[in-house]
Amino acid sequence: MLANYAFVGVFFVAAVIFPLIPIVAAYFLGPKRPTPTKLDTYECGLEAVGDIRVQFKVQYYLYALAFVIFDIEVVFLYPWAVAYGELGLFALIAMAVFLFSLVEALVYAWKKGALEWV
Amino acid sequence: MTEITIPPIDWRVATQLCIIFGWASVLLIIALFVPRSRIRVVGYLAIAGLVVAAGAGIPFWGGSAETFGGMLRLDTYSMMLNWLFLAAAAVVIAYSLNYLPKHGIEHGEYYVLVLFATAGMMLLAQGGDLIVLFLGLELLSLTLYVLTGFAYPRETSEESGMKYLLTGAFAGGFIVFGIALIYGATGSLNLAAIGDTLARAALAAEDRTYLYAGAALIVTGFGYKIAMAPFHMWAPDVYEGAPTPVAAFLSVGSKAAGFAALVRFLVEAMGSQWPVWAPALATLAIATLLLGNIGALIQNNVKRMLAYSSVGHAGYMLLGVLAAGAPGGMAGQRGVEAVLLYLLAYMLTNLGAFGVLIALEQRGELTWDINQFAGLWARRPLLASAMAICLLSLAGVPPTAGFWGKFYVFTAAWQAGFGWLTIIGILTAAIAAFYYVRIVVQMFTAEPSRETPAETDPALRAGLVIAIAGILVLGFMPAPAIDLVQRSVLATVGGQ
Amino acid sequence: MVPTSYYVLLSAVLFILGVIGVVTRRNALVLFMSVELMLNSANLALVAFAAARQDVAGQIVVFFVIVVAAAEVAVGLALLVAIFRSKRTTDVDEIHALRG
Repeated sequence: MLANYAFVGVFFVAAVIFPLIPIVAAYFLGPKRPTPTKLDTYECGLEAVGDIRVQFKVQYYLYALAFVIFDIEVVFLYPWAVAYGELGLFALIAMAVFLFSLVEALVYAWKKGALEWV
Repeated sequence: MTEITIPPIDWRVATQLCIIFGWASVLLIIALFVPRSRIRVVGYLAIAGLVVAAGAGIPFWGGSAETFGGMLRLDTYSMMLNWLFLAAAAVVIAYSLNYLPKHGIEHGEYYVLVLFATAGMMLLAQGGDLIVLFLGLELLSLTLYVLTGFAYPRETSEESGMKYLLTGAFAGGFIVFGIALIYGATGSLNLAAIGDTLARAALAAEDRTYLYAGAALIVTGFGYKIAMAPFHMWAPDVYEGAPTPVAAFLSVGSKAAGFAALVRFLVEAMGSQWPVWAPALATLAIATLLLGNIGALIQNNVKRMLAYSSVGHAGYMLLGVLAAGAPGGMAGQRGVEAVLLYLLAYMLTNLGAFGVLIALEQRGELTWDINQFAGLWARRPLLASAMAICLLSLAGVPPTAGFWGKFYVFTAAWQAGFGWLTIIGILTAAIAAFYYVRIVVQMFTAEPSRETPAETDPALRAGLVIAIAGILVLGFMPAPAIDLVQRSVLATVGGQ
Repeated sequence: MVPTSYYVLLSAVLFILGVIGVVTRRNALVLFMSVELMLNSANLALVAFAAARQDVAGQIVVFFVIVVAAAEVAVGLALLVAIFRSKRTTDVDEIHALRG
């Protein structure tokens, strides 16, 4: 039983060590001659402009919030789908009610203009 | 494949909940299509839904049933509380009908959110399972966070919404971890099953540790929700910043629902452990009584004063909760009755007091300084007398509803053997009387320091009349109300 | 087989880390993360207990907790965006129009 997990453990340890080796090696072996240009933020080879703390559009947050809710509701769908064969009509209706309330939330968000990118 | 059989569902138990949930869902869509100028129609429809739900409960009165595998119960205790919640929600909506347009925050969602919050309260009263209690609490809390921040973009409202959310989420974490530990200790989430397990045999040492830690965490979590000291610090800020009808709803509904669930948890699940939790809860009750009432004493802001006073009132209700768990049937039943009667009186009174505050509130002005009440009698005698009745009832002066609430709670605590606690309760009630009477004196004797216009509208007046009439009827003729609460038993306390 | 008490200990440690985070940190976003840690430590304990008792009820609670946590964060972030738009800060110490 435990031996099965040993593979996972070995894999995990290897996965951690493998990328560490070049990083540590580079730290000790590589020459360090920092210049202001080298220490600058790397931005596709262009010179960095402005602060990294730029404002996102509010629309972005609305999308993110709606996404979080709808994404998480899936946790109820999975167990239901797995056990669907053994569940009767009642579970189907219950899930329909649940999904209906989600659709209602979507309609609400839509009508409120939360889905429009302006 | 074996068919998973789902036990038949007794829909009577869920009737009121289904009505409120269904109607709230429908209203949400209706609100989208109602033109902005006619949004108040949604409010009327919400009140209609509340009335229908209250009426739908009448045929089931007196019975006791449970369904969904004991997750949802309907006993006379929860039915009585359901009616209280529905009535409080209706009064709050009536208060809001003109408050919202006056302050420029009229949106249809407001009424829908109030309905969802009411459904959350009803789940807390009816829940027979820790999951249901948790879900009810979160449904109530989440809607109240939004309602508290509803006066966007007014900064104080946003801020109080944020504060409420952070403390509420923190408390939610405590409750969830407490539920996890209790589940680990007893292997069940059903309150009655937990109670059976604990009453049958002593737990192993490790499980006992989990049980007590879990129970402490749950009581702490609910302590935040009912504003029990030392977890009450959010209350004054949130009450002050929230739109006033929402503050009324918070102080009344949220507290009542928290107590409903706390009583169920402590009596049904932890009843056999009463000797363990009673001393701890008694200490918290003393702290709540002292901190709430002394905190109120030094406030000049009437809204904050009411917030601290609501903390103090939580202390009196805790006395009833302590008595409710007392072994030996009679004392316990009397404790449950005391909590219910106190809640009834407190609800009526606080709704009345906040109604007067709403009448005095001006758009964009956020001071509820005690000076505003100076000379109110000379300008608006009816409003002043309404406020005076509410304040006297909060102080527990006979013949008002508040007096009978306090009387019942004190006798219940005394009978359960909390003599010294009762004495502290009476002493703090005397302190409390001082700050309530201070406002009354301001209203009746002081010269108006400045002109504060007060506006009332028919809906607000109707709500106020209901609250004041309730206080007086309960004060002069307590018999019907006492009879009602005496029939309201937790199914496991006396109704088995 | 790892004893259940180890899981409980781990979850208790995580829970306390979350509590400390809420009490000491001042950035609202970090506060949300700390609350999330508290809730998820409870989830860990629930799953561990459910596994030890061969009972699904504990796992079902976890689903509900996850969903509630998401809803809480959604409301919290919405409020935070609203506050940020008017005050340009997420530091709860700088949000102090109210006393207390």
